[in-house]
Amino acid sequence: MFDSLKKGYLKKGVVTGDYPGTPLKAPEKLLGKPVVFDKSRCGDCRACIDACPSGAINDRVNISLGRCVFCGACAEACPEAIRMSSEFELASRAKPDFDVEAAGRAMERKTSKAFGRSLAIREVDAGSCNGCEVEVNALSNAIYDIERFGLHIVASPRHADALLVTGPVTRNMERGLIQSYRAAPEPKMVIAMGACAITGGIFRDSYAVLNGVDSLLPVDVYIPGCPPRPQAIIQGIMIAIDRWEAKRF
Amino acid sequence: MTPLNIINEITAAFGADMVSVEGYGNRIMVKATLEALPYVTSFITKRYNGALATMHAADHLRSDRKAFTIYVVIDIASMDLYVMVEADVPEKPGRYNSLTPMIHSANWYEREIADMFGLIPVGHPDLRPLVLYDNWPTEFHPLRKDTDGRPLKVMTEYPYRMVEGEGVFEIPVGPVHAGVIEPGHFRFSVAGEPVINLEIRMGYVHKGIEKISERMTYSHGVILAERISGDNGMAHATAYCQTIEQIAGIKIPERADYIRTVFLEMERIYNHLGDVGGISLDTAYNVGAQHAYIIRERMMQLNECVSGSRLLRSINCPGGVRRDLTKDDISKIRTTLVKAKLDFQDFVGLVGKEPSIMDRVETTGRLSTEAARSLNVVGPGARASGINRDVRRDHPYAAYRDLSFVVHVLKEGDVNARMKVKIAETYESMSIIEQALDKIPEGEIRTSLAEIPPGRTGLSLVESPRGELVHWILSDEGGRPFRHKIRDPSFCNWLAMEQATPGNIVPDFPLVNKSFNLSYSGNDL
Repeated sequence: MFDSLKKGYLKKGVVTGDYPGTPLKAPEKLLGKPVVFDKSRCGDCRACIDACPSGAINDRVNISLGRCVFCGACAEACPEAIRMSSEFELASRAKPDFDVEAAGRAMERKTSKAFGRSLAIREVDAGSCNGCEVEVNALSNAIYDIERFGLHIVASPRHADALLVTGPVTRNMERGLIQSYRAAPEPKMVIAMGACAITGGIFRDSYAVLNGVDSLLPVDVYIPGCPPRPQAIIQGIMIAIDRWEAKRF
Repeated sequence: MTPLNIINEITAAFGADMVSVEGYGNRIMVKATLEALPYVTSFITKRYNGALATMHAADHLRSDRKAFTIYVVIDIASMDLYVMVEADVPEKPGRYNSLTPMIHSANWYEREIADMFGLIPVGHPDLRPLVLYDNWPTEFHPLRKDTDGRPLKVMTEYPYRMVEGEGVFEIPVGPVHAGVIEPGHFRFSVAGEPVINLEIRMGYVHKGIEKISERMTYSHGVILAERISGDNGMAHATAYCQTIEQIAGIKIPERADYIRTVFLEMERIYNHLGDVGGISLDTAYNVGAQHAYIIRERMMQLNECVSGSRLLRSINCPGGVRRDLTKDDISKIRTTLVKAKLDFQDFVGLVGKEPSIMDRVETTGRLSTEAARSLNVVGPGARASGINRDVRRDHPYAAYRDLSFVVHVLKEGDVNARMKVKIAETYESMSIIEQALDKIPEGEIRTSLAEIPPGRTGLSLVESPRGELVHWILSDEGGRPFRHKIRDPSFCNWLAMEQATPGNIVPDFPLVNKSFNLSYSGNDL
C-alpha cells in the first residue's frame, strides 16, 4: 500500500496534459486532414481517386472527411497536389460529406443548453474495428483524463446524456443501437465518431452494414478520423455541449 | 522425418484413388476425395502433431471445377511445414462429412462455412448459425459469387442452450457492455455465485470484410486489412502483404523486413500494456492500472511520432513499407523504450506483490493444456497453458530469423499465468526492438510489384499480440483476390473462454475476459 502511494503518486507527479486549454502542435508525420493544395494541377489523371480505398474523393477532387480513412494513399499517388496536413480538430455539427445539401443541414439544437457543464457519455460500438474503442479508452487515462471537464463515460445508456457511436452500424447491431438510444433519457444527443459511423467508411455498401449512424438515428456532432485521436474526440464532445467556440474548458 | 516421408506416408495410407499429394518448398498440397477428407485431415493432425490453421471454402461453380472447394490448412510447426488439403463439394446436395468429431477445433469453421456458402457438415454437433442469425434469411449465403446486395429481413429465433435445474439462473450480458468494449453476448448459467455454463454468442460486428476484400485491389486491401481488428492492424497488414508477396514471388528489401519487425513489436508492447493494466483495473487496483496506461499512452504517442498513426496504420504495402525510419525516429524509439522499461519495471514490482491482485488472479479462469490443445488455442493464452508455440520462432517471417528471443511458456493456465506471459513478452519485445534497431540495414524500403498472376494461392501466418493470425488468398484477374480468408487469433480462442469460465464466480469473469483480451471484430469479420 505504501509502495503504491510512493511509486504511484509521488514519484510520477502530474502527467495530465493541458489540452485544449493550451493548443497542441501535432507531430509532423501525423496523418491528419488531407489537403488539396494545388487544384490547378488537377487534370483528368484520376490517380488520387483510384488510390483512395474508401471512395472519399469525387470527380471534382473534393475530399469527403466523413469517408476518408486518413491512410495517406492519395498524397502518395499525387504529391504534386495533395498532402496530409497535421490538422486533426475536424469535428463539426454539419455532416462532412460531398452532398452539399446534407452538409448545410445542421441539426436543430434544443438540447445542448441542458448539458452546459457536464455530460454523461455512453459509448456504443455498432461494428467498429475496435480502433475507436482504443481511443475512447485512452480518454480515461491519466494523460487525457476527461473527467476534469465534467465528462463521464458511464456504464449504461440509462445513465447517459449522449451516445458516442462508433462503427458503420452492422445489421446485427441495429437492434442493440436502437434499444440503447431508446433507453437513454431525454434530452439526449448522438455523436458519430470515426469514418465508419459517419458514412460507413471503408466498409461502406457491404451487405452487412448500414452506411453510418444517421441512417438510423439523428446525429448532433460528427467526428472524422480513422480513428480520431483522443484530442479530436475531446474537441467533438466540447462542440456538442457548446463549449468549444466559447472556449470554456 | 522429411516432407518427402510425409508425402509417401499419406499416399500409402489412403491410396492414389483417394488422394493426390504434391510438395512445393515448405508446403504439401493434398487433393482428397470428399469422402476421404475427414480421415485425411485427422490422420495428418494426429500423426504429425499438426494444428488446424484454417478451414474455409471457395465458390468455384463458375470455373471448370463446377463445385465448391473446401480448403483445410494444417500447420506442422515442428517442421516449419504447411499441409493444405482440398476437396470439392458439388453444389447439389452441398453436404460433406463433418471434421469436428475428429478435430474439435473445426467446430466454428464449419459453422462459418455453413453461413457463408450453405454447405452442410453432416454429423456436426451444433449447427446453429454463427454470424447470420436473427433476421437473415436462411438461404442467403454472402460469399457465393452470385450473391449480391442486402437481403430483406425475416424473423427467426436464435436457440440458446438451456441449463435447467433447481436454483439455476441465467444472466444475459451484452451486446452493449458496461465498459468501453466491443459488442458480444455472454449468457451465464449460475447456481449461486459460481458459473456452471457460459455460452458466447458472437457476430454482432459482422461487416462482411471477406466479401469487401474481393472487390478491392491489393493496394486497397491492405488498408482494409488494417481495419479487421484495429489494435492488431499492423499484424493483419503484414500478413496480408506477405501473402501477396508470396503469390507474386518477390522478396522485399531487408530494411523493410526490419521496419515491419520493429512496428510489429511496438504493437505488441502497447497491446500487452493495455491487457496487464486492464487486469489490474478489473481487480479494482486503479493505481497500478493507471501506471500501465501511462506507459501505454507514451508508447502510442511514440507510434504517432514515428509513423504518423497511433495505431500503426498506413505503414505496410505489398512489396515493402511506405514509411521509413529516419535516424531521428530510431533515437526517439530508443530513448522512449529505455524510459518505458524502467516504468514498466516499477509497474511489475507493484502488481507482482500486491495481495489484493494475487488473490484474484491465481487459479482463476484455468484452461487446461488438454483443452487448449484440442481447441487449438493460440497466442499468449496457449503459452500460459503449457503449449509451446510461437509463429515468430516456428515459421520465422520478417526479420525474426536474425533476432534472438525467448518464447515464454507457463503451465498453470490461469489469469496469473497469462498475465505473467504477457509481462515477459513485453520485455522480450523491447529487447527485439533494440536488436532490430542495432542491426537494421541501409537501403530501399519498397520494391515494385509486377502484375499478380491469377489463380495462385498464398498463405501467411503472423504472430499478432493476440496470437497467430492467418491470411489466405486465392488470386483473381484484375489484381483482386478471388477469395480472401482471414483467421484472427480470437476465432480460435473464444471457445477457450467457454471452457475457462465455468467454476469461477461471476465477478471473476471480467478478469478471465481481460486476460485473453479477444477481438470481436476480428472474430466476426
